[in-house]
Amino acid sequence: MCLAIPMKILKIEGDRAIVSVGGVQRSIGIGFLKSPKIGGYVIVHAGFAIEKLDTKKAEETLKLLEEIQ
Amino acid sequence: MKKITLAHGSGGKLMQDLIKGLFIKNLDNPFLGKLGDAAIIKYGVRELAYTTDSFVVKPLFFPGGDIGKLSICGTVNDLAVSGAVPKYLSCGMIVEDGFSYSDLERITISIKNVCETAGVSVVAGDFKVVEKNSVDGIFINTSGIGEVLRDSDVSIPRIKPGDKIIISGTIGEHAASILLAREDLKFKARISSDCAPLNGLVSSIICRDIKFMRDPTRGGVATTLNEISLSSGYDIAIEEAAIPIKKSVRTLCEILGFDPLYMANEGKLIAIVSKNSAANILSKMKKHALGKNAGIIGEVRKDRDKKVYLKTHSGGARILEMSVGEQLPRIC
Amino acid sequence: MKYMDEFRNPEVADKISSLIRKEAEGLGSVKFMEVCGTHTMAVERFGIRSGLPGNISLISGPGCPVCVTPKDYIDKAIALAGLKDIIIVSFGDMLKVPGTSSSLLKEKAKGRVKIVYSPLDALELAEKNKDKKIVFLGIGFETTAPAVAAAIKCAKNKKLKNFFVYSGHKVMPPAMRLLAKDRLINIRGFLCPAHVSAIIGFKPYADISRKYGIACVISGFEPLDILQSILMLLRQVISGKAKVENQYMRVVKPSGNSKAQRLIYEVFSPKDSDWRGLGIIAKSGLALSKKYADFDIENNINMPEVKTSIDKRCICGSVLKGIKTPLECALFSKKCTPLNPQGACMVSSEGTCSAYYRYKR
Repeated sequence: MCLAIPMKILKIEGDRAIVSVGGVQRSIGIGFLKSPKIGGYVIVHAGFAIEKLDTKKAEETLKLLEEIQ
Repeated sequence: MKKITLAHGSGGKLMQDLIKGLFIKNLDNPFLGKLGDAAIIKYGVRELAYTTDSFVVKPLFFPGGDIGKLSICGTVNDLAVSGAVPKYLSCGMIVEDGFSYSDLERITISIKNVCETAGVSVVAGDFKVVEKNSVDGIFINTSGIGEVLRDSDVSIPRIKPGDKIIISGTIGEHAASILLAREDLKFKARISSDCAPLNGLVSSIICRDIKFMRDPTRGGVATTLNEISLSSGYDIAIEEAAIPIKKSVRTLCEILGFDPLYMANEGKLIAIVSKNSAANILSKMKKHALGKNAGIIGEVRKDRDKKVYLKTHSGGARILEMSVGEQLPRIC
Repeated sequence: MKYMDEFRNPEVADKISSLIRKEAEGLGSVKFMEVCGTHTMAVERFGIRSGLPGNISLISGPGCPVCVTPKDYIDKAIALAGLKDIIIVSFGDMLKVPGTSSSLLKEKAKGRVKIVYSPLDALELAEKNKDKKIVFLGIGFETTAPAVAAAIKCAKNKKLKNFFVYSGHKVMPPAMRLLAKDRLINIRGFLCPAHVSAIIGFKPYADISRKYGIACVISGFEPLDILQSILMLLRQVISGKAKVENQYMRVVKPSGNSKAQRLIYEVFSPKDSDWRGLGIIAKSGLALSKKYADFDIENNINMPEVKTSIDKRCICGSVLKGIKTPLECALFSKKCTPLNPQGACMVSSEGTCSAYYRYKR
């Protein structure tokens, strides 16, 4: 019930943005985010960004996963 | 009261059951019973392949093609994967009262163009107009005759454990293109239907080491492999990581919750080939414009549960079922 | 695909699965439940169970909003679709779920149902079809409710008179509490939903772990996320200390998304809700609030009467809770099949009964 994928913000116009990933683009609502930035990744569900993706924490998680024992 | 529904036409299990339970049951003969893409008929010293297909695609025009191109490629490809050189086609059209003349012209020219590319001719035709709302725009049926290539020997019984499975290129483009053109999901992606005639590709690779071929149309690669597994009696195992797919198609599938293995292709073929010849056939395929992205995706196993197994991207295992009806965009 | 593919690395997946197998040795049987339909799908899709040891069972809970939507909601939606001046607009998920005598997919073939990816697209349909009433089927948990709320608020700002929502929205935590309370089920840990948690944060799970001693890990949807979360749950169980942990830290913040939460509770109010297979759970649903009553279809027309029939032999409730297996159901594989599902567990293509039908018949 939460099918959503990380997409990159290309352009911001008020409370909407153009996001893109893997050659697919869409216009979505970004009204739920606090100060979204161009180039940032957001989680997109049903035409809205529901949260930002923290890329630092993503790298941290990947590192943890690789070092897991 | 039993009714026929859209799901019966989607190419999956329901359709299989209907074909066996109604059509084969009543119309059975040695040709039909084989359930091949074409009937192979001995004609003197030659063998002819004969097939038919009907086209009801909506929308009529989509990136990469239209119903006209599709109607020729569909039949040409069924003949090609039966190991035949397609030669002569018939084309029957049923058109709704009020249909645009310029659309009909566009479709006809599209048919002309793809016939030229494929080297086939429409030698017989039929045209009917029916009352408004009796058909949705236009329906086309084509049938075709081809001569079986001397080096071709494709049939289900030839499939044996250890045989390798080759796909001629990237998957899911036709279905993705239709989806974007039909439903207004408001995604922008450079995705076109892969609709193309495969007879040139087949002629360039045909040899006795190719045991069987089929084009994975409705229901996708997963359904075609299930059909092959069911008919041959052998399990099939494929690897997700080996399956060629365009980035944009893969992304769209992730966003909408689609499985590309169940999405229709109209310019791809699956070939089951002997283990030792696989690398050679693959390299021949890659030399052809329509086989550039070909790859070996799996093999036939010796177990006889008639199941298709997938090794997933993350190394897990799951069973690939026959498709049940069409996929729809999900939020869950 | 960035931030997805890296979380599907097969070598790392194998390493974590081995760790899980090693640490679970000698533990006796441990039941974890995932409560999000997307987790159920991911577990199936990536073949995660094939790497787990036999004593860890991962049950699919009631997390698929479509599967837990009561049959009479579907029957009413189908009946609405039949009314001359109404177009039903829905997410694709809903279309294949059969009602008593039809399905929305069949109605779509008659041109009365449209699929959208976003509820805002339903608004656009309302603006383009002023002579019709556009009724959007509001299905989904807290991940989706903000988007639907935004569409409703936008409709109010635009003063649209022909846009309505038929709310079937539900919220997760009350259902999780119901399952946590039930000693028969004996859940030792919850794989908490990724994107629901992105909206609601950690707090709603705190009482579940504290009061019932159930391990809670908020998990992302990629295979490495799920495997890492299962390991974290296992380690909580072994340590005997139940708490709420956040594996999906790249997206989920402790307090969730406050803007989204505020909008949900501006446009919706909690109400009691019927969960297919579980029954009525208090304050587990969302109804349009008084301020937005003009957009609530149930408030604006006489809802059509429907005769919903449910086979009483369906034991989905017990299967959903992991107390019984589908093999113990009288309908399984006979009257109830993926093509003709009788209950929630078979409706979802990844529900427990669907999975059994595929693998263990």
